[in-house]
Amino acid sequence: MGDIAVRVENLSKLYRIGAKQEGYKTFRDSLTDAVTAPFKRVAGLLRGNAAAAANLNETIWALKDVSFEVKKGEVVGIIGRNGAGKSTLLKILSRITEPTSGEAKVYGRVGALLEVGTGFHPELTGRENIYLNGAILGMSREEIKRKFDEIVAFAEVEKFIDTPVKHYSSGMGLRLGFAVAAHLEPEILIVDEVLAVGDVAFQKKCLGKMSEVAGEGRTVLFVSHNMAAVESLCQRVYVLENGSLMFTGDVLKGLSYYVSAGVISQDSVDMLNHQDRRSAMTPVLARLRVSADSGLGTTSFRLGETVVFTVDIDPGTAVYAFASVNIGLYNHIGQLICKMKSNIQFTEELRISSRDSISCHLEDIRLVPGEYTVAVSFTNGKDVIDWVDKITSIQVLASDIYGTGQTERMNTGYIVPRVTWGRAEEVAKSR
Amino acid sequence: MQTLTEADTIASIPSTSQPEEQPYLHIKPSKGWVSLQLRELWKYRELLYFLTWRDIKVRYKQTVIGAAWAILQPVMTMIVFSIFFGGLAKMPSDGVPYPIFSYAALVPWTFFAHGLGQASNSLVGSSNLIKKIYFPRLIIPLSSVMSGVIDFLLAFAVLIVMMLMFGIVPTVNVIWLPLLVLLAMVTSLGIGLWLSALNVEFRDIRYIIPFLTQFWMFLTPIVYPASLIENPTIRALYGLNPMTGVVEGFRWALLGTDTAPGAVILVSSTAAVLLLISGAFYFRRMEKNFADVV
Repeated sequence: MGDIAVRVENLSKLYRIGAKQEGYKTFRDSLTDAVTAPFKRVAGLLRGNAAAAANLNETIWALKDVSFEVKKGEVVGIIGRNGAGKSTLLKILSRITEPTSGEAKVYGRVGALLEVGTGFHPELTGRENIYLNGAILGMSREEIKRKFDEIVAFAEVEKFIDTPVKHYSSGMGLRLGFAVAAHLEPEILIVDEVLAVGDVAFQKKCLGKMSEVAGEGRTVLFVSHNMAAVESLCQRVYVLENGSLMFTGDVLKGLSYYVSAGVISQDSVDMLNHQDRRSAMTPVLARLRVSADSGLGTTSFRLGETVVFTVDIDPGTAVYAFASVNIGLYNHIGQLICKMKSNIQFTEELRISSRDSISCHLEDIRLVPGEYTVAVSFTNGKDVIDWVDKITSIQVLASDIYGTGQTERMNTGYIVPRVTWGRAEEVAKSR
Repeated sequence: MQTLTEADTIASIPSTSQPEEQPYLHIKPSKGWVSLQLRELWKYRELLYFLTWRDIKVRYKQTVIGAAWAILQPVMTMIVFSIFFGGLAKMPSDGVPYPIFSYAALVPWTFFAHGLGQASNSLVGSSNLIKKIYFPRLIIPLSSVMSGVIDFLLAFAVLIVMMLMFGIVPTVNVIWLPLLVLLAMVTSLGIGLWLSALNVEFRDIRYIIPFLTQFWMFLTPIVYPASLIENPTIRALYGLNPMTGVVEGFRWALLGTDTAPGAVILVSSTAAVLLLISGAFYFRRMEKNFADVV
């Protein structure tokens, strides 16, 4: 049992969200209610039922029966859409809030980093804030004193250490906040989205520090929307959906589960009623068909083959004079690999005023063998009219294009370009 | 709040057939009244120090006259009281010059009223901390009350200067002064705990505090002497307002007024301690919702 760092059993969290509106029947009702409601609330309060007093009746399960175990030294990525319960889970594990039911056992000192620079006071200097923030994060004064120079060097704020933080640039403030947190030495580190802030150089530095921490054999629970960061840092991934744990396992499988969750690889998909239409869109995209050059519907292609996407458009009564159809391909960890826009080729206006079909021939597909999800958007001039994600997925299969049988060497990077290798002189001669 | 159980104190983990490692933390929903976790509070004493220090450091930043505010408020009040109550209304003052009679009461009163106000709004003011990091929440109102000590000392220095001016020598009872300050602090914290926890959910509290302190001030013998009440039983009951004990105690210890506050002090101390204990338990009971509703 000694190798478990965190054990979570049936953890659930119910949130109360706002008042349930009751329709008033008559003016007299509403008037009496206005008079009696405060008394009812006070009565509720006296009975110790604070929620009733605050009139919070609507509830939502932010987490529902989540169970898992994290082994010591494991680096686990927790992913999921907004509102899936990731932050709630971290808040419970870091004891900021209490679960409604279930329990968690944590075997080790926990350091939680849910925000960079928590408790920084703008009027205090960098030096003072390091001590304050360190104390808030649970470091002793001795510990902070010992690591002080290291923290300042990491944050690169030596010159401004005695300047009030309110005069810092936002980047400096973030660096200082992260620097303090990075010098925490907990056995179990809980990190929420802190890498999403700051410039690229800062993010790189944070990521570097994070992998250093992970490399020291500490247990890390890491929430991020940055799939590349999750892929490079984590060994295992938990996917949360609507408060439930949907997937636990190996990082690559988890990421592809998350990216392609609900994506079924079909060669003809109805887009009109698709669940992954982005919000506030006008449904114009009607159907996507994927086929081979021969016209035969398929979603599997060998390296070098031609992929044909056909997009059916139903503009209804609207007329789009400067239409563009755009097809995006995303890899297994959700990175956009390429975006094919019809207005790159059709610089003239593409007028769509009735049902129409636009096709795109992607010739000689050279993507690294694997699965790619497809998104389609429809724009008119500068406006995005419609956008549907995760419509289907296509598989690119390795193909022995050089006739050498070395197909397994094609699986790194993003693309497999057409190349010719040889001694420089000979190649130059033969071309 | 979550029931935090240190590995060395845990007793309630069901024992399985194989010996199970005891968790460092056991997170589960708490029910009803929960323990105060004073031991954990002690572990976080450095944070208490830093938050108090921050409050002191930041309080008079970006003000022109700075810490002089700590003196100005009670002194101005004393002048106004001396003119209206002492001068015009000829309020009795136990044989002590009225200005020093009222100022000796205003010094602990200001400490109490400030601490009360600061503590009551402290949780709401620290919502960003409460939502992002765990520590015993009791530290927040506690540091608010404690940060008033510096202001108190400044105002107290003025009191000493005034005593020199009026030629008043403190009695030997001055040794009780620290305990009287502690009593003011306990009262302030006790009320502050109740109000700060209520304020998280009901922002009504914010509007109640100015009234409360105003009424309370007139219920406390600040502008008038407690000796106006002649019946000794009623005067002892008057001590149910702990600030009565504090204020009369200050006058007794420093100015040598003969209203020896024996029974009053006892009643006041008991009331204050009850306030503190009930406040602390109520606070701990409500604590589990703080991060969700603040």
